[in-house]
Amino acid sequence: MSSAPTVLELKAITKRFPGVVANDSVDFDLRRGEVHALLGENGAGKSTLMNVLYGLYQPDEGEIRVKGKPVAIRSPKDAIDLGIGMVHQHFMLIPVMTVAENIVLATEPKKAGVLLDYDAAVKRAEDIARTFNFSINPRARVQNIGVGQQQRVEILKALYRGAEILILDEPTAVLTPQETRELFGILRSLTNEGMSVIFITHKLNEVLEIADRITVLRRGKLIDTVSGKGATQETLARSMVGREVLLRVEKTPAQPGEKVLEVRDLKVLDDRELEAVKGVSFDVRAGEIVAIAGVDGNGQSELVDALTGLRKPVEGKVIVSGTDVTGQGARASFDAGEGHIPEDRQRRGLVLDFTLAENIALHDYRNAPESKLGWLFPRRLTDRAKTLLKEFDVRGGGPQTHADALSGGNQQKVVIAREVGRDPNALVAAQPTRGLDIGAIEFVHKRLVTERDEGRAILLVSLELDEILSLSDRILVIYEGRIVGEYGPDATDEELGIAMTGGAAKEAA
Amino acid sequence: MSEATPSEPPPEAGLPRFTGIFYERVGGALVPLAATVLAFLIGGLVVLITGHNPVTAYRAIFNGTGFNWLFPWVTGDERRIAAKDLQETLRVTTPLILTALAVAFAFRAGLFNIGGQGQYWVGFMTALFVGTHLAGLPRPLHVLLGLAAGIFGGMVWGGIAGFLRATSGAHEVITTIMLNWVAIFGGQYLYELGGPLQGSNASLPRSDVIDASAKLWVWWGTFPGLHVGIFIAIAALVVYTLILNRTTLGFGLRAVGFNPDAAAYSGIPVRRSYFLALAIAGGFAGIAGAIDVLGFKYAVDTSDFGSGIAFTGIAVALLGRNKPVGIFFAALLFAGLQVGTSSRNLDPAIFPPELASDLSTMIQALVIFFVAADVLIIYIWRLRRHLKLRQPLKEEPARP
Repeated sequence: MSSAPTVLELKAITKRFPGVVANDSVDFDLRRGEVHALLGENGAGKSTLMNVLYGLYQPDEGEIRVKGKPVAIRSPKDAIDLGIGMVHQHFMLIPVMTVAENIVLATEPKKAGVLLDYDAAVKRAEDIARTFNFSINPRARVQNIGVGQQQRVEILKALYRGAEILILDEPTAVLTPQETRELFGILRSLTNEGMSVIFITHKLNEVLEIADRITVLRRGKLIDTVSGKGATQETLARSMVGREVLLRVEKTPAQPGEKVLEVRDLKVLDDRELEAVKGVSFDVRAGEIVAIAGVDGNGQSELVDALTGLRKPVEGKVIVSGTDVTGQGARASFDAGEGHIPEDRQRRGLVLDFTLAENIALHDYRNAPESKLGWLFPRRLTDRAKTLLKEFDVRGGGPQTHADALSGGNQQKVVIAREVGRDPNALVAAQPTRGLDIGAIEFVHKRLVTERDEGRAILLVSLELDEILSLSDRILVIYEGRIVGEYGPDATDEELGIAMTGGAAKEAA
Repeated sequence: MSEATPSEPPPEAGLPRFTGIFYERVGGALVPLAATVLAFLIGGLVVLITGHNPVTAYRAIFNGTGFNWLFPWVTGDERRIAAKDLQETLRVTTPLILTALAVAFAFRAGLFNIGGQGQYWVGFMTALFVGTHLAGLPRPLHVLLGLAAGIFGGMVWGGIAGFLRATSGAHEVITTIMLNWVAIFGGQYLYELGGPLQGSNASLPRSDVIDASAKLWVWWGTFPGLHVGIFIAIAALVVYTLILNRTTLGFGLRAVGFNPDAAAYSGIPVRRSYFLALAIAGGFAGIAGAIDVLGFKYAVDTSDFGSGIAFTGIAVALLGRNKPVGIFFAALLFAGLQVGTSSRNLDPAIFPPELASDLSTMIQALVIFFVAADVLIIYIWRLRRHLKLRQPLKEEPARP
C-alpha cells in the first residue's frame, strides 16, 4: 500500500475566515487505492479543508497538487474535471427524478437534440453500476428509495463524472449500522479498483474499521497522520480532543426506587395511520436508566411521541409520577414532571432563531417568575439562562446569543439544561448524542448518569448500541412495535443485535 | 450540483456567525437603504431618458411631500403649502403603518396576511356604521367606540382566515385574498343605489356622513389637516413591539413563527396561535380603516373600494423588515412618494405629473424588487469588499 503512487497532495493549506483560522498550514496527501480518514471534532476544520479541495473555497495560502501537478481549483467544476468527486452529508439529489436521471443529470443523453433519451440514461446508469458492482434500480424514484440507496446514487453520480478521488463528508451520519457495513463494502471494492477515498468523520470505531491512514485535525491544525493499523480508539480520541477522554462511562450499579414512568399496553399509530407501537408495557423506576434498543423505524419515534404527549395513543396508558397523562398533550407531560430531550434538536428541541434565554424558557415562559398575567419579564429569562448555561458549561454564547450560532454539542447542552433544569422526575432522552462529537458525547453521558444518581427515572432511546451498553441498567429491545426482550447491563452486542433484527421474536414464536 | 453548498458553509468556519451579525446589524438596515437608493438612481435614469433633469424632478417631488416644512429657511407661502403637503403625507402614512403591521404581525407567527385590504374595509365599514348610527354620544366615547368597532371588524375578518387555517389547514394566502373580494364586493353592495346601508341621498351610491361626535380631532391645520390618527399608528408600533417581545402571547407566536415543530414539542398550541395571529393582524388593518373614515373620509362612496392602500402596506412591511422603526420610515417613504407625485403637488413645468405618478409607482416597485432580491444587494456589497481585499493578492500562489 505504501508503495502506491500519491494522487493528491495538499501542502500548507491555510484558510482564514474573519476571526477564525479554519485551516492553519495543513498538509494532507492521498495515495492511490487507499481510504484516508480525516478525523476531528466539529469545528476542527475538516469540512473547510475539503471545501478548499472541492473548489468551494479558495485557500489563502498553500498549494494543491493532483498527480504531482500543481492545480488551481476555482470551482466544483474544476474539481470534477480533475477527477475529484464529493458526496455531501446532505444529498444533492432531485427527489422527484429517477435514479438514472439523477446520475446523468447535466450530461444527459439526448433524443432529437432536446429530449431526454431515457432508455439510454437507464443503460448508462446500469453500466456504471455494473462496473463498480452496485445493486441499484435505475428506474426507481429517488424519493422512494432509502437513505443508504440515495447515498449510493450520489457515489455513482460522482463515478459517472469520472471521479477517481471520492470525498465522503460524514457519510455514516445518516446510515443504520447495516447500511454502514454495506457502505464499507462498497468503499473496499472501489479502492480495489484503484479509486482513492477521503472519509470525513468523527466516529472512532468507523475510522479503525475502514481507514488505511488517518489524519487528525484539531482547531484547524494538523495533529498527526497515522497508519490505521496501530491506532486505537484511545490514542485517536486523545489526538482529537487534546486530552484524555473517557470512552467508557463510569457508574455504580443502579439503586432503583419507586415507579415513576409507567407505560401500559400502549398502541400508537404512525403518520400513515398504521400501528407502529403494538401494545408496549414497561416501567422506569427512579434512579435507573432503561434503554429502548432497536433498529431505526421500529416504532421508537412514535413511542417517544406518545410518552411525551405529542401523539395520542389509540390504546393504553402513560402515567408519570402517578398522574395519567395519556393523550393530554405536551404541556400536561411537562407539568407532570416529565422531561423530554427530543431526537432532533434542530427541528424540535430548539427554536434556532430564538436566543438561548428564550429557548431555555420555552416550556416555562407562561409561569412565574418568567411571566405574570401574560406579561413577560425578559430579565428573569436572562438570569435563569445565565445560571443554567454556566451549570451545563455551554460555550460559544450567552443568554442573548441565538441558538443557531452554537455548535451541535453546545446546542444539545442547552436542550439538556432546559429539560434537567426543570427538575423532572422522569426524563425521556431520544438519541441524546446524535451528531455530537466525542467531547460532547462524554458530557451528555456523564450528565445522564448524574441525573440517574439524583433519583430521576431515565428512559434512553438510542440507535447506538455502544451508548446503550455503556449507560443502561436495563435494556428493552423493540422490534416492529413490540418489546421483544429485556436484558441486563451485561448483555452482549450479539444478543442484542439478534433481538433487534427479530431473532428473539422468531424464537419466542 | 454543489452550487448550493457555499450558502451553507460549515459551522467551523465561523462564517455564519459573522454573516449573522453582519446581516443583523448592518444588513438589516443596509439592504432596505441600498434598495431605496438604487431604486431612486434607476428612477433618475428614466427621468433623464424622458428628457428631464432628475435632480430638479426629485427636488420637486420632495417639496411636494411637504418634508421641506422641516427646513427653517422655508418661509411664507411656501411654508404654508409645505405644511399642507406634510399633513397629507402623514395622513397617508397612518394607514400604511397600520396595514404594514397587519402583515408584519402575522408574518412573525409564520403567516402571510395578504388580507389587509379586506380587513381594512371591514374595519372601515364597522367604524362608519358606529359613526353614523350612534348620534348623541359624547365625542370621546363615540370616537373610542368607532375605533373599537374598526378593530373588532378587522379582527373578525382576519380571524375567519385564521380559523380556517387552524381548523382545516386552508392556506391563509388563498383565504385572505378571497376575503378581500368578499369585503370589497360586500361593501359595494351595501352602499350601492338601493343597498341596505345607502345614505339618505337616494341618487348617490354613498353612505351618510358620520356624526360630528365621531370625528377624530384635527390637531394640525384646517380640514382635512392632520388628525390624531398618526399618534394611534405610532402607538400601534409600540403595541406591536410589546405584544411580540414582552408578552407570553407574543413569545408563543414567535416560537410558532420560527419553528412550529419546536413550538408543538413544547406544547404551545400551534393552531390557536395561527387563529390569534391573524385575528390580531386583522385588528391592525381594521383600525387603519376606522382611522381613515373617522379622520377625514367621513363617508364612503362605492367607487372608493378600488383603493389598494393595504397592498402598499405589504410593501411597507417588506421594506421595513417587520421592524417597528423600519415600518415607520418605510411608510413615510411610500406615503411621500404617493403624495409628492400627486398632480396637485407637483409643478407641471418641472416634471409632468402624469409621468410622476408612474415614476413613483416604478420607484416603489424597484424598492420592493431590490428588497426581495436582497441577495443581489449583499452580493454587490461583498463584491466591493472582496475586490478591495483581493487587490494585493492578485498573484495567487496556487497558479502554476
